[in-house]
Amino acid sequence: MRQFSLLSRTAGAAFMTPAGVLIGAFVIAPFFWVIYVSFTNRTLLGRTALNPEFVGLANYISLFDAGSFFTRGEFGFSLILTVQFVLFSALIGQAVLGMLLAWMLQSVPKSLKRLTEMVVIAAWILPEVVIAFAWFAFLDYDDGTLNMIMDALGLPRGDWLLSFPFWVIVVFNTWRGTAFSMMLFNSAFSSIPPSYFQAADVAGASSWQKFRDIGLPLIRGHVVTDLILITMWTFNVFTPFLLTAGGPSYRTEILPIYTYRVAFRDFEFGKGAAVGVIVMLINLVFALFYLWVARKRTAKVVA
Amino acid sequence: MRIRQHAYWISVAAATALAAPAMAADLTITCRCVEDGVNSEQAMWIKESVIPGFTEMKAEAGEEVNVTLTEFAGSDEQLTQQLALDFSTGAGPDVAGFDGFLIPSFVEGGLLKPLKELAGDAVTNWEGWDHISEGAVALMSYQGEPYGIALGTDVRMIFVRADILEEAGIDPESWQPGSWEELLETARTLKEKNPDSFPLQLNAGVPMGEATTMQGYWMALLGTGEEVTDEEGRWIVESQGILDTLNLYKTIYVDEKLGDQRAQLLGDGRNRTFANFRDGTTALLVEGDWFYRSVTAPDSEFAVENRDEVMTWAKMPAKEPGAGLRGQDFVTISGGTGFVLNPNTDEPELAWGLLAYMNSKEQLAAFQDFQPRIRIRDDVPIPDEPFLTETSQTLLPLTTARPNSAEYNAVSAEIQRMTEAVVSGELSPEEAMARYRDAVIGIVGEENTVSLL
Repeated sequence: MRQFSLLSRTAGAAFMTPAGVLIGAFVIAPFFWVIYVSFTNRTLLGRTALNPEFVGLANYISLFDAGSFFTRGEFGFSLILTVQFVLFSALIGQAVLGMLLAWMLQSVPKSLKRLTEMVVIAAWILPEVVIAFAWFAFLDYDDGTLNMIMDALGLPRGDWLLSFPFWVIVVFNTWRGTAFSMMLFNSAFSSIPPSYFQAADVAGASSWQKFRDIGLPLIRGHVVTDLILITMWTFNVFTPFLLTAGGPSYRTEILPIYTYRVAFRDFEFGKGAAVGVIVMLINLVFALFYLWVARKRTAKVVA
Repeated sequence: MRIRQHAYWISVAAATALAAPAMAADLTITCRCVEDGVNSEQAMWIKESVIPGFTEMKAEAGEEVNVTLTEFAGSDEQLTQQLALDFSTGAGPDVAGFDGFLIPSFVEGGLLKPLKELAGDAVTNWEGWDHISEGAVALMSYQGEPYGIALGTDVRMIFVRADILEEAGIDPESWQPGSWEELLETARTLKEKNPDSFPLQLNAGVPMGEATTMQGYWMALLGTGEEVTDEEGRWIVESQGILDTLNLYKTIYVDEKLGDQRAQLLGDGRNRTFANFRDGTTALLVEGDWFYRSVTAPDSEFAVENRDEVMTWAKMPAKEPGAGLRGQDFVTISGGTGFVLNPNTDEPELAWGLLAYMNSKEQLAAFQDFQPRIRIRDDVPIPDEPFLTETSQTLLPLTTARPNSAEYNAVSAEIQRMTEAVVSGELSPEEAMARYRDAVIGIVGEENTVSLL
């Protein structure tokens, strides 16, 4: 079959060039530069700033040094923390809560549905700095809203940001990101023909049975897509920094914050670049998995 | 058609005429100083005295100059971060507020140039050098080259809330601990009297940055007779002095809760310690004279009411009498902050002109109206402030300084981590020191370190 094209090859190339140059200058070149820097001991301050030395794999080896791997404030600790953060805030928090909300919204009056959607989406679209500030005010030990509520209920005050910093960022990220999963599941449920549910109603099925046997199986593909996407986003999210700055004592230092600290607060560009390369590889795995799943789904549809 | 063309040429001429004044030189100056905020007096001095004076002086010489002050409201560490990134990319203010201890690491990183290299003879021939002592020039120098001019030096001590000591039956006038134990004993008495209070503040933790190293760690470590480096400049990575210092932290924050542990860990912890002192929660606070000159000055956020009566000071004791640095009974340490020039400034001569003008006799004398201090120039009269004269006469003979080394900044960050690990209860002093040793060896290389154990 002969390919029909709107443009000649030359014209196509001409149109591609500006974008290609920009991507080359701002994405491809820095990509290789970061890989190069990760093999040096380059810093921003001090002697190794002007005269960095080639150190081979030393940066990578120090990241995986068994003696300090699990110590707070080191790469391993941060990696494990990030996995926990993704598990609790994205996979359990956002996906489960989003699913629950989406399912419940199928059978409520339209006005309530709109209101709920509005509130959940507001949490998603507000600027991050504003959100972080509001949460900071909410959780403050001395004058925070949460502790005022605790006082009013006669419950003990909590020092949330210091005593439970990890759970604070988990709840924060769940609250922040649930909207996406909810909307995605919501529209997925809407695509199921209503007659399926009407038939189930006639048979006297409970809501749980309808969800288990009709709703969930029919939107399985969407669920997988959602899980992969929110895993990737949560893995790379930086917003908790605005709430805890990675502290206290590195207890909320997830990988993006760790990378930032090493590269732009300690100014160890070499080590920071090494972390960046590893994070890039992890993201690559996520992305390939996502593309593989997406292609499988398309193939199925075509078949 | 003719007329229209005519109009065109007229408007071009007008536009060029209007554009000419826009050719005036622009200078920017940044410091961690905010009107009605941190270092308010410095911001006011620059805005009300330096900038109008400088613009007028230049205008008289037929030069039009616009000077803008950027009031940086973040922390010292954030300003350092900003300047490091700015200077490395050719951006940033022409004149920047700067802490002298950072100069070696910036210079080695190629992020600062000597004043002479930037502005040439104007620097060499400046009349001010004759009025600034060698030691004061050294505050902003590295390897004998000045990179900026300091506003002055400082000293560190224990600030005391006399009213709280009195309530606990201690005479504040004669109170002067002779050892760490006596200092802790007073704190215990105060804690017993008011169990909700945190009588003693010795800075620790990462969020306070260099304020942890300078006001906290050094002030304790010097009391053990040690410094961060030995006489040959090797970094001490294991010693009894480090352990004693960390154990002092442990006693204060973990074992006996004499200090506010939260304030050491929270992001805005340092301000919290100031508020604690203002509110009487903390009675003994180790800080630099900046705390008196600026933080608690009348009308500032942390102003102590009735300051002249309720606030006094004492010398920081060594661990035991005679155990301090050089066998001293009491210890203190000095640094200096001032201003440097951007190495990539478009107007090096003009920027130097502004820096020199700020450090003219006239401007430093004008600064006294905003914030009395012992100025760096010997031709500016010493202000009539008993606190300033007493503390400097007592403490300057006892003082020492940080190593003037490019690695100090990175080692200092490790010191902050080490103290944080101890005060948060995460690591024991021995474990924290072991981690410090490994980290410092990673920074300076094992051959430049020494163990005294």
